[in-house]
Amino acid sequence: MENILVLTHVDESGALSRASLEAVAAGVELTSALGATLAVGVVAANLSADITAQVAGLNARVLAATSPELAEPRFASDAAACEALCRAAAATIVFAPGSSRFTRVLPAVAHRLGGVTDTHITTLTNGAQVEATRWFYRQRVEAVITRTARPWFLLLDAGTRTPYEGSGATPVVEAVVFTMPALRTKVLGIKAPKQDEQTIRPDAKLLFVAGAGWTKKQADGQVHATDAEALILGFLRNADASLGSSKSLVDQSGENQSVLNFMTHLNQIGQTGATPRHAKGLSTCCHGEEPHVVGWRFVNERRAINLDANCGWARGKADVVYIADAFAVMARVNALLAEKK
Amino acid sequence: MANVFHIVVCSGIVPDPLQTLEPAPGPTLKNEMMLPAVLDPWAASALYEGATLVAKHPGSKLWLVSLGPKAKLQQVMMTVGQKVPFDFVAVDGPLGGFTDAASTANALAEAITAIPGLDRTKLLLFGGWESASRGAGVTLQLAGELLGIGDQFQGVDEITVAEDGSFQVLERIEGGRHQQSQCQAAPAVLGWATGSLPEPRNSPQVGMANMRGIMPALQKAKSVKLDANGLTYASVSLPKQQRETRLVRDLAPDEIAREIVQWMAE
Repeated sequence: MENILVLTHVDESGALSRASLEAVAAGVELTSALGATLAVGVVAANLSADITAQVAGLNARVLAATSPELAEPRFASDAAACEALCRAAAATIVFAPGSSRFTRVLPAVAHRLGGVTDTHITTLTNGAQVEATRWFYRQRVEAVITRTARPWFLLLDAGTRTPYEGSGATPVVEAVVFTMPALRTKVLGIKAPKQDEQTIRPDAKLLFVAGAGWTKKQADGQVHATDAEALILGFLRNADASLGSSKSLVDQSGENQSVLNFMTHLNQIGQTGATPRHAKGLSTCCHGEEPHVVGWRFVNERRAINLDANCGWARGKADVVYIADAFAVMARVNALLAEKK
Repeated sequence: MANVFHIVVCSGIVPDPLQTLEPAPGPTLKNEMMLPAVLDPWAASALYEGATLVAKHPGSKLWLVSLGPKAKLQQVMMTVGQKVPFDFVAVDGPLGGFTDAASTANALAEAITAIPGLDRTKLLLFGGWESASRGAGVTLQLAGELLGIGDQFQGVDEITVAEDGSFQVLERIEGGRHQQSQCQAAPAVLGWATGSLPEPRNSPQVGMANMRGIMPALQKAKSVKLDANGLTYASVSLPKQQRETRLVRDLAPDEIAREIVQWMAE
């Protein structure tokens, strides 16, 4: 019989992260289907009533590894805590959110336990055995895999299932004792753009992608990078959208070409960038070449504005392509959105 | 006291991003050996960052460790060898993203352990935080674990070394932000994201110097077989990605804007 452990961690609010609760939901589902046992492990600085309320009603052991050193994500401390939780639960299958905190440590933890790890799992199915779906070659090839080795760690991509909602009796939490190793790394804090300059919004409904065309010469033979910045930032503010970019645009800052000052490699979507999940995506001044479009794998509805009717978007990669000048269209879109506000 | 680092960059080779991929039984990629290959992009960032760090810290050294079929490694090194100076360590093994990450990590850790003159107290193990093939973010972490390195950073965009040998690292976290950490000293693992350096121009002089080491390294590359570790593939397929695209021509910007705003509100 499989022993399923769901590893969870708190986010900066002190509560279990949404991605952690998605992993709990996966654990509940698979436990029932496999006739397995379920345990939930919590990594946190301390255990609050809010956290236990989030996992209320579970028919599961709830284990907690707590320490002030776990207030911040760090390889050495997180690995020690997760290893102890896995040993305490005698886990054969471990589900965990594919967050930056857990992707940094769990493959190493699996190795310490003689196990194996697969990451970026999007779907779990159970028949005679657990099967996991993930992508290879940066979202270009999809595979369904299974493993005989145990413990098997599966890191689940965020946004792929409905989070568990706790209700009912709060669980009795078992404290797991572990030895904190000597820590040579100190976490200094988070570096983030100011709130009104933050352009990456993972929870936004719409992804707005700007391509290199915004910084090229326009019909009047001039570059209008300043106008482009104003239009794009205006749209992001009005639409609460998240900003993505093609590689060619963010690379320009290293090549001394006209740039959009708020754009960094963190905005880059595609094969060497991010693959975000948004309900809708609007591409502008971007050719829609395959290395970029693989980053749109999880964007459901796609529209593009481009002057080139033969761009990649027009070849089956977008639902609608407007053959038009993005400067003109976005100025009017901004005006309409401003009126609505 | 001067800081000296021994930087080992682990990098695989992957099909050129512009190539069309088609799975084949195995699983593998159809005509994989025929596809033009490049150095894995995020690992390439690690190589350029490593070379810059070595240049800033005299006495430091840079190695590039790569696992792949000898012929493909040679092909890729003809270009990569012209970018920055490094010592090459080749491991002759299978290509592709469908191999097991733990087996790959074992082979890389063995190759690193065997590097003559490598001082593991000065070791910074670099690589991409994820590959463009398997894309799991597992291999480098396991290699670090096998080498007994207790400080790891993933999604790194910046390293800043202080005079006392400690260094600060910026790691990507959710929401377009970075976590800033300070590590006392090497050894450490840094899985790089994009970093901040552009791709260096090809330098024939660097290429000539590197080639003197690359060809012998290829000749003495140890052959490895990668164990599947109980990994089996139930299916491997290309996604259905063709959409019925509606091309909208000759519509005034005002009308397009109205349509877009309406669509956004739906």
